[in-house]
Formats: sequence, structure tokens, C-alpha cells
Amino acid sequence: MSSTNPFASMFGKSPFKALQVHMRVALECAREIPPSFDALAAGDQQGVTVIKDKIFEREAAADKIKNDLRGALPKSLFMPVDRRDLLEVLQMQDSIADTAQDIAGLLVERRMEIPDFMQEPMLALARRSVDACEQSAKIIEELDELLAMGFRGREASRVEEMVEQLNLIEDDTDNLGIELARHLFEHEDEIKPVSVMMWYQLIEWVGDLADYAEKVGDRLRLLIAR
Amino acid sequence: MEIITNYGFILMAMAVVFGLYMTWGIGANDVANAMGTSVGSGAISVKQAILIAAIFEFAGAFIAGGNVTATIRKGIVDPSSIVNSPEILVFGMLAALLAAAVWLMIASAKGWPVSTTHSIVGAVIGFAVVGIGVDAVQWGKVGQIAASWVVSPLLGGTIAFLLMMSIRRLILNTENPFESAKRWGPGYIFLVGFIISLVTLFKGLKHLNIEMTVGMSFTVAVIFGVVLAVVGWFLISRVKVDPGADRDFHFASVEKVFTPMMIFTACAMAFAHGSNDVANGIGPLAAVVSIIQSGGEVSQKAALPLWILVLGGTGIVVGLATMGYRVMKTIGSGITQLTPSRGYCATLAAAATVVLASRTGLPVSTTHIAVGAVIGVGLARGIGAIDLRVIGGIVVSWLVTLPVGATLAAIFFFTLKGMFT
Repeated sequence: MSSTNPFASMFGKSPFKALQVHMRVALECAREIPPSFDALAAGDQQGVTVIKDKIFEREAAADKIKNDLRGALPKSLFMPVDRRDLLEVLQMQDSIADTAQDIAGLLVERRMEIPDFMQEPMLALARRSVDACEQSAKIIEELDELLAMGFRGREASRVEEMVEQLNLIEDDTDNLGIELARHLFEHEDEIKPVSVMMWYQLIEWVGDLADYAEKVGDRLRLLIAR
Repeated sequence: MEIITNYGFILMAMAVVFGLYMTWGIGANDVANAMGTSVGSGAISVKQAILIAAIFEFAGAFIAGGNVTATIRKGIVDPSSIVNSPEILVFGMLAALLAAAVWLMIASAKGWPVSTTHSIVGAVIGFAVVGIGVDAVQWGKVGQIAASWVVSPLLGGTIAFLLMMSIRRLILNTENPFESAKRWGPGYIFLVGFIISLVTLFKGLKHLNIEMTVGMSFTVAVIFGVVLAVVGWFLISRVKVDPGADRDFHFASVEKVFTPMMIFTACAMAFAHGSNDVANGIGPLAAVVSIIQSGGEVSQKAALPLWILVLGGTGIVVGLATMGYRVMKTIGSGITQLTPSRGYCATLAAAATVVLASRTGLPVSTTHIAVGAVIGVGLARGIGAIDLRVIGGIVVSWLVTLPVGATLAAIFFFTLKGMFT
């Protein structure tokens, strides 16, 4: 009788803890991107591969958390937030991990070599994108406090401010990305055309890290507003 | 009449055994639900919960439990048509006790959210219909009881919701929540003492020979509340800010202020449960004892003997000690979502509602009110996830318990009647 006590079983598992754990893992994936460009610049192919393996392993962990959480959210659950909004936040978080995986995979599988003129700005873009991810993770860590406050009041305004901060960081990455693309355009003739294509792709993906981070914040805002 | 005189002792012994069985079951299962919010929020340990429950369940039954006992004993059935064959009522009450206890045992083995109160009320009605006649049931009173089963969880939920909102406004949503918590904490403890004692005293305590006017009740309640608040203030003043824990969760220190407050609500909850649910076991027992002791008189006035209350209290404590311990442990580990502040709201709201119902003599379900209070906190967007399927299960069990309890009681009634006549 003990395992099925009706009073205890009324309490479903809170989805917020799992959401936070998932975000931490997604952030771990994103954090590996600047080091992999570092290793690439240093010509350390093996280092890039080691980092790639790490990202792949973390991304798989994030997937598992994601699937477990989705499985634990039946429609009969009464939550303080909209179920669909919550799943959207989760989806965006997962996209961060996925994008990091795509970047690392391409760097290794196509044995990319980074031209000198791109090293500095690429690293700057990657770092700023990770900043955005860090900020969105910080916002997700506020979920406990939001719950205590019923998603209102000072705590809600605090999170609003953090989201605005996140939007500013994302703007930075947009600018850095555009500049980098321009830079690449000027030097297009110096590298193999297919490589040029791939670098455009990589610039986009690294920018996507910040895009998804921003969307985590935006979706969370919707969650609060309900 | 001869049956009572010939078999009086055996019938009485049976009533005592069934009554003990029933109260044991209440102690093993029901108390754990009542104390679940306190244990689940981590404010008190399982051991402390058992100790609190043992003392305050008994106090609740003794001080405020008389009205509900009376309702179950004589409020549901009108025995005027069987004055000449009192054994019918004796068999009926025995059957009702056994039916409720058996049904509860089956239900808790299966994990169904069944209420002890609903079982016993259903069983008493069941026996009355087949043993005396449909007209013997005081349908007006039954309707009132059934209505209270809907109203009381709603009331509990509403109070919990309002408490939660006030805590957010006065404490959490301020510049310095920790200081606010310390400032308002004693006020919230006052509320616990004031509400519980006011509701308990409101109509006087006739069986303890204490008659009070409204004004007197009010004064005593205020005094009691202030005394508790002072004790609480002392406990709260020793709580210190924990910067390490606050980094992780900004309200960690604030919640620590609520921990000593939960001790008071836990006591209140045990008191409330004792005042309402002990009656489920001892109400029928008291009815049987009063008939047999008076030599077969179906009296409406007999006082509730003290030893019956003691028996009920003992049954509960034994149930707690033998099995309630384990149940409480699983509940405590199952509810990790309740912080002390949320647990405080849910528990105080439930306790206040239960004591209120007890004073009006309405047998309500403590578990259902506790569920209602938790949902109230949830509606204030305070709980991560509540599984509504369980709520659905409660409604279904509600609809099932009454006929099942009634049918079982009817079967046992005829069995007992056949055995003795």
C-alpha cells in the first residue's frame, strides 16, 4: 500500500528541476565551442576530436533528460505554467546542444582548417554566443524563485531584466556574425570554394547558439505571462 | 431484549474489537495523510510527527471530538421505530464498523484514495436502510453531510490560496524577505492558535462542563494565540541567514523561518484530525456501549464515556506506531515539492476547515480537505505539478465508497442477526 498512497501520488514530479538539469547539460555543450576553435587555430586536430567526443557524449545526455521529461508530462498534470510553453523552452534548450553537436561534427568530419584572418573574429563570435547561453542558463536557474513567487512580483521583473540583458548579448552576436561574414566575403578567393561555403555555414551555426539561447529567454517570458 | 441481556458481554467485546480495528486502521493510514504536508515539507521528522500526532490526535478527540461522534452515533439514523428491538441497532453499528474497516483495508491495499469518513457514513446508512427502513435514515442530515464533502475541500483550498497570496505580498515580494518573514512570522503563528482555539471554543465544551459566551471564547482564543506567537517568536529569532543556501535558492533563509512555524500547524492538523476522524471509529462503538449498558434502552442522550475516547486514541497511536510510521515515511519522501511556506498554508487551511466542520458535527474527510488545500496552493501557482488523475480517482472513490460501504454493512448486518437470533 505504501508505494501508492493517494495523498503522495497527487504530487507529480516537478518539471522545473529536470528543465534546469537539461539546461546545465546544454550549456556544457555550448561551452566547448570556443575551445574547439582554439584547438583548430593551434592546428591541434586531435584536440578538436577530443572536444567533439565530449560534446557528443553531453548531447546524448541532454537528449535522454529531454525524453524523460517529456515522458513525465502527461496532460493530466496541473502545473503553474502552460504545458506547451514548457515543452517549447525545453525544445529551445535542446537546440543549443544540437547546434553545438553540429558545429563540432563538421569541424572534425570535414577536417576544417581555419584561415588566419578568421581566427580572432570567429573566436570572438563563439565566446559571445556562449555568453548568451550562460545568460539563458542563469535565467533558467531562477525558476525555483519564480515558483516561490507564483511567477509574479519582483522576481518576475528580475527575470524580465535578465531576458532584456540576454537580448542585448544576442544583438552583439548578430553584429559580430555579419562582420565576420563580410570579412569572409572579402577573402573568398583565398580559400577553396567549398570551404567558403562551410565557413558561412559555421558562422551561421555559431550565431544560432545565441539565437536559441535568446529563444529560451523569450519562451520563458511567455511561461511567466501565461 | 433478551439478546442484549444474554449476549451483552460478547456484543460489547465485539464492538471494542471492531472499534479498535477501525481506529488502528485510521492511525495506520489516515493520520499519515493528515501529517503528510508537514513531513513532506521537511519541517518535522517522521519521529516528531508520530509524537505530535499521538498527543494532539488524542487531545483533539477528547476536547473537540464529541459532536462528530454524536452525529455518527445518532444523527444519521432515527431509531424511534426500533425502540422495542434495540439489538437491531447494536447489530447495525457492529456491521457498519466491520464494513467500513474491511472496505478501508481493501482500498488501502489497492492504493485507492478512499475516505474513512465516507466509508463509515455509507455503512451506517446501508444498515439503516435494510435493517430498519428507508425512512429511518435522516436524509436531511445525510444531505448536509454529503454537501459538506463538496464544500469543505473547496473551503480548505480557498483559505490555502489566500494564505499563500498574503505570504507572497507581505514576505516574499519585499525588499528584504528574510526580515519580513521574521517580522510577520509570529503573526502567522498567532493565526494558527487563534483560529483553532476560537473554532474549538466557540460553542463551549459541554462535555467538559465548560460553557463560554462568544466574547469569552474570543478572549481566550486571543490569549492562546498570543502565547503561541511569543513561543514562536522565540523560536524564529534564533533562525539565522544562510548565505550559502541563499545563493542557490534566494528564499532558502526565508523558508527556514517557516520551519518552526510548521511545528504549530502540524499540531493543529493532528488536533483537527483527532476531532473529526476518531469519531469514525468510536461513534458506532459508543452507540453499542450506550445501548448495552442501559440494558437495552435506545437512548438519545447518553454521555460519551471517557474510556471510549481513550480506547479510540489508543487505537490510533498503536496504528501509528505499527504501520503509520512506514506510510508517513513514503509520503514524506513523495512530497518534495512542498517548501515550509507552502506546507504552512496547506496545513493551516486544512486544519482550520476540519476543526470548523467538527464543531458543527459534520463528519468530513481530512484527506480530501488536505488535497483541496494543496490544490489551493497549486492554483496560486505555487506547486510544480499536481496529478489531476488522483483528483479524478478521489471523485470516483467517493461515488463507489458509499454503495460499497452500504452493501457490506447490509451483508454483515444479516450475518450478525442470523448468528444471534
